Amino acid sequence: MALIELDDVRRVYDLGEVKVHALRTVTRQIELGEYIALIGPSGSGKSTLMNTLGCLDRPTHGSYLLDGEEVVTMNRDQRAKIRNKQLGFVFQNFNLLNRTSALENVELPLMYGPRVSARERRDRAMEMLGKVGLADRYHHHPSQLSGGQQQRVAIARALVNRPSILMGDEPTGNLDSRTSREVIELFRELNELQGITVILVTHDQNVARNAKRTLVLRDGEIVEDTVDFQLAKVALEHDPALEE
Amino acid sequence: MSFFDTVRIAFRALLKNKMRAVLTIIGVVIGIAAVTTIVSIGQGASKLVSGEFEALGTNVILVFPGQTRRGGARQSGAPTLTTADADSIGTECPAVLAASPIVGSSGQIIYGNENWNPKQIQGVGQDYLTVRNWELEAGGFFSTSDIESNAKVCVIGQTLIPKLFRTVNPLDEMIRVNNVPFRVIGILGKKGANMVGDDQDDVVLMPHTTVRKRLNGSPLDNVGIIMVSARGTNQMGEAAKQIETLLYERHEIGPSEEPDFSVQDTTEIAATLGIITGTLTLMLSAIAGISLLVGGVGIMNIMLVSVTERTREIGIRMALGARGKDILRQFLIESVVLSCIGGAIGLLLGTGASMCANVLINVYKPGTDWPMVISIPAAVVAMGFAAAVGVFFGYYPARRASKLDPIDALRYE
Repeated sequence: MALIELDDVRRVYDLGEVKVHALRTVTRQIELGEYIALIGPSGSGKSTLMNTLGCLDRPTHGSYLLDGEEVVTMNRDQRAKIRNKQLGFVFQNFNLLNRTSALENVELPLMYGPRVSARERRDRAMEMLGKVGLADRYHHHPSQLSGGQQQRVAIARALVNRPSILMGDEPTGNLDSRTSREVIELFRELNELQGITVILVTHDQNVARNAKRTLVLRDGEIVEDTVDFQLAKVALEHDPALEE
Repeated sequence: MSFFDTVRIAFRALLKNKMRAVLTIIGVVIGIAAVTTIVSIGQGASKLVSGEFEALGTNVILVFPGQTRRGGARQSGAPTLTTADADSIGTECPAVLAASPIVGSSGQIIYGNENWNPKQIQGVGQDYLTVRNWELEAGGFFSTSDIESNAKVCVIGQTLIPKLFRTVNPLDEMIRVNNVPFRVIGILGKKGANMVGDDQDDVVLMPHTTVRKRLNGSPLDNVGIIMVSARGTNQMGEAAKQIETLLYERHEIGPSEEPDFSVQDTTEIAATLGIITGTLTLMLSAIAGISLLVGGVGIMNIMLVSVTERTREIGIRMALGARGKDILRQFLIESVVLSCIGGAIGLLLGTGASMCANVLINVYKPGTDWPMVISIPAAVVAMGFAAAVGVFFGYYPARRASKLDPIDALRYE
């Protein structure tokens, strides 16, 4: 059984007069320990797919089995529980809580999970901050940290509940190239050394090249699914409008 | 998330906007302070009223002479009660502690060159002091033999001393009442003004027989009122019933006939006055409660603003696994914390204000002895009310926060 099984997943936004098909049909499997990049032009549906995989959004059609459990029929609270337990999120703009220390940001997911003592919560958060190299900055607020540091705090937060999947929505979008490389390196380490499944949405080819498998989306459909980045690049640059 | 963590987070969130938090709670502070003050003053007033009634004589029942029937003509205020009635009420009713007949009179008192018209000249029985729960400051009271012999003795209230005697010790001095000489044998303790403002010390007491025969010159054995005290407040009803039964028997009145007397229980009057002060307090509290309501609306307003401002925070928390009810609880507790802090401050202010009111009343109306009442139940109710305001007005914004869509919330700028 694959970690993620998508079967004819569709997402339609009903805007009253028009219906927008963000995902037309997606049937795909993702195994435990994969490192996947989702690429595609704007409006191709990669963010929608990401939100669907992240249990933030619910498809309007089809089936999504995560670790054998059907997500589509789950209610809000059940999906919240899945997000807390199985998924870690990293965002383009970091999404740390302002005026809240790095340590407390990392502690957050532990507060919404099964009851953990304050001491254990702190210990686990400190351990995670240590792993991303920010143990000495635990009391700093996000405004006192650089972009790269903030993103590393966000990664520590995403991993503190030991999820099986780490999701990144343009995780290097707000970082300069040097800190980007550091973050990419961190993703690779997490995937290779700890076997965490990583799924990233990105525009950055350097990030995508680092992934082991690339899914290219266009108009709500997967048009290429390859382990060879050159093929993905061709598919991405291929413009169907030019064929006519 | 544990309750403690939620409260801690609520405090943290409020401290981020101190000025706003302070302004928001002012409404609740004023509301709770006003309610607390009014309730405290109101309870002081009812305590004062009931205190006055106790001063009238503990558990006093009054028996008035009533109408009589003579050949079909009814007549009120007829002399139907006798000294013997008073005596038998005192001895035969088990719930009665003591009874005394009262015969009123009036007149001028002369001592040396001074004269004075006291408010009350009363002929009373030997047990009068027991009935009224009064005490003597000096001297003694008249005895049974004084009553039997129509002795020309009297006991005077404090007001008469400066009016008549100045520096002379009144004991054993002779005064003349309507030209009849009386010897002063006792002085009553000071009682001050009663609730209507009458000076209760402007009084002269003498044996009822003396008043009737020597001052009023009446040949009859009738009395004006019989004043009775019950053995306890809880025996008032019992005592009143026993008096009625006894008098029905003594006056030979059949069960279908109208009685020629009436029994009045002072607790009834006290209860009526208590209801009046209670209603007033309640009414004023309701008005003050409106300001609490306005304060609650203020909290709701600021919580709505806060939810909008923190949409992104809500989205982040949801992405990390917060359920709707976690978010609901977070915002609800925040508004309850706000209103409870307001309530606590209001309670302190209100207590302070009622203390000030108490001092002012006692300064400007000395002698009223307005009691200070700070009731713990009222404080608990006030705090409970503040918390309820927080829950009531915080629920809608909190619910709105909990219903947000995580994706929309995360994208909110």
